[in-house]
Amino acid sequence: MASTLWIGTRKGIFTLRPDARRRAWKLGGPQFLGHIIHHVVQDPREPRRLVMGAKTGHLGPTVYTSQDRGRSWQEAKSPPAFRRSAAGEAPRAVERVFWLTPGHAAEPGTWYAGTSPAGLFRSGDHGVNWTPVAGFNDHPTFAKWAPGLRTPDGELLHSVRVDPRDPRHLYLAISIGGVFESTDGGADWAPLNEGVAADFLPDPDAAYGHDPHCLVQHPLAPDRLYQQNHCGSYRLDRPARRWLRIGANMPRSIGDIGFSIVTHPRDPDTVWVFPMDGSKVWPRTSINGKPAVYRSRNGGGRWQRLDRGLPRAQAWFTVLRQAMCADQAGRLGLYFGTTQGEVWASTDEGDSWRCIARHLPEIYSVTHAA
Amino acid sequence: MVRPGEVRMNTVRVPSPLRSYTGGAARVSASGATVGALLGELERAHPGVRFRMIDEQDRIRPHIRIFVNQREVASLDEAISAQDEVHLVCALSGG
Repeated sequence: MASTLWIGTRKGIFTLRPDARRRAWKLGGPQFLGHIIHHVVQDPREPRRLVMGAKTGHLGPTVYTSQDRGRSWQEAKSPPAFRRSAAGEAPRAVERVFWLTPGHAAEPGTWYAGTSPAGLFRSGDHGVNWTPVAGFNDHPTFAKWAPGLRTPDGELLHSVRVDPRDPRHLYLAISIGGVFESTDGGADWAPLNEGVAADFLPDPDAAYGHDPHCLVQHPLAPDRLYQQNHCGSYRLDRPARRWLRIGANMPRSIGDIGFSIVTHPRDPDTVWVFPMDGSKVWPRTSINGKPAVYRSRNGGGRWQRLDRGLPRAQAWFTVLRQAMCADQAGRLGLYFGTTQGEVWASTDEGDSWRCIARHLPEIYSVTHAA
Repeated sequence: MVRPGEVRMNTVRVPSPLRSYTGGAARVSASGATVGALLGELERAHPGVRFRMIDEQDRIRPHIRIFVNQREVASLDEAISAQDEVHLVCALSGG
């Protein structure tokens, strides 16, 4: 089976393709050298198709699509764009296409895009033409949910998740804004943030205004959600509405701050995180310069440090929210890319790690394509 | 002003980040009574190029500058005369 890691970076896209045993990896690219690539995502419904969110330092945001596994790319005809602002309304313009999610299996050609500033967009033709999801972008409470508080890379809408049992059941997350849910295909939305800390807000029980960094939904147990937040790691088993802080079970010296969170595709109880330093002035590096992945086998009840093969000291990188993923192999592969342009791989569920690429540009996303 | 019978045609100088839209051409021809009209014609000839420069609220993007001859324009409503040269500039995007 063909297998590719797509590496989206601040300066273009690269590929990594393994030999049969995933011991040797061949680096390909760059394509789109100099373009800022936030996300490259394969369509599981039609694996030859890929969609990519891109911009350059000078030029506005756009989307490219491929129908031949990334050998060639075509620009979207109508990239994500907000509707024209009405008189007296604050004008909104997409600055970057940050996140891409394929739609439900029963809706071929459907994709969702999350942007900065926060906006949700939908395509029904494989990413060629995009329209705003008015139910979210023009929701009566939108201005409170997404007030334009800017993270360093801008306000980000990400982690759009489509319930594999129901195409009308959607989740998304906004940094900063919180997690939101729709049960009617995006026509209406409600916050879903109970139990999540937001220690930067005056109200400890705020309904929204939180900073989820990454939200995942298990594909085989879609009621199982995990969230890596600016203020900890969480699990939620629907229909419950109150998140459980599973990061409280991490060693106190490590804490539970990070960007990425990944689940085992066949085991809802197995989850990996890459903790980062959220102390004092928020360095957002590996903690004490000693990078480690942490794994839980029981839904976050206990955590195990996994650092074999990783640098022992003086390694100060960060793993961003789209930069950690799993493949689908029987012997699962795990991968993460760093802000310093390295890609690390594990074929023993994180027990040990090998660097399979280095000297790349700052890595924004690592995704697996079958 | 364009006199009767006169063909309005402006030269548009295209910066390297946008030449993927113009088949590599550094200069193309387009016309329009305003900057917005000219960019509309440019878009028809080179689909996709306008949105990379102009956002959905018709604002010039932060790292794009548009000059008519030596004069920088601030809005798409500014007039263009026949034979004016339009210079699209990519500027100040950082490292």
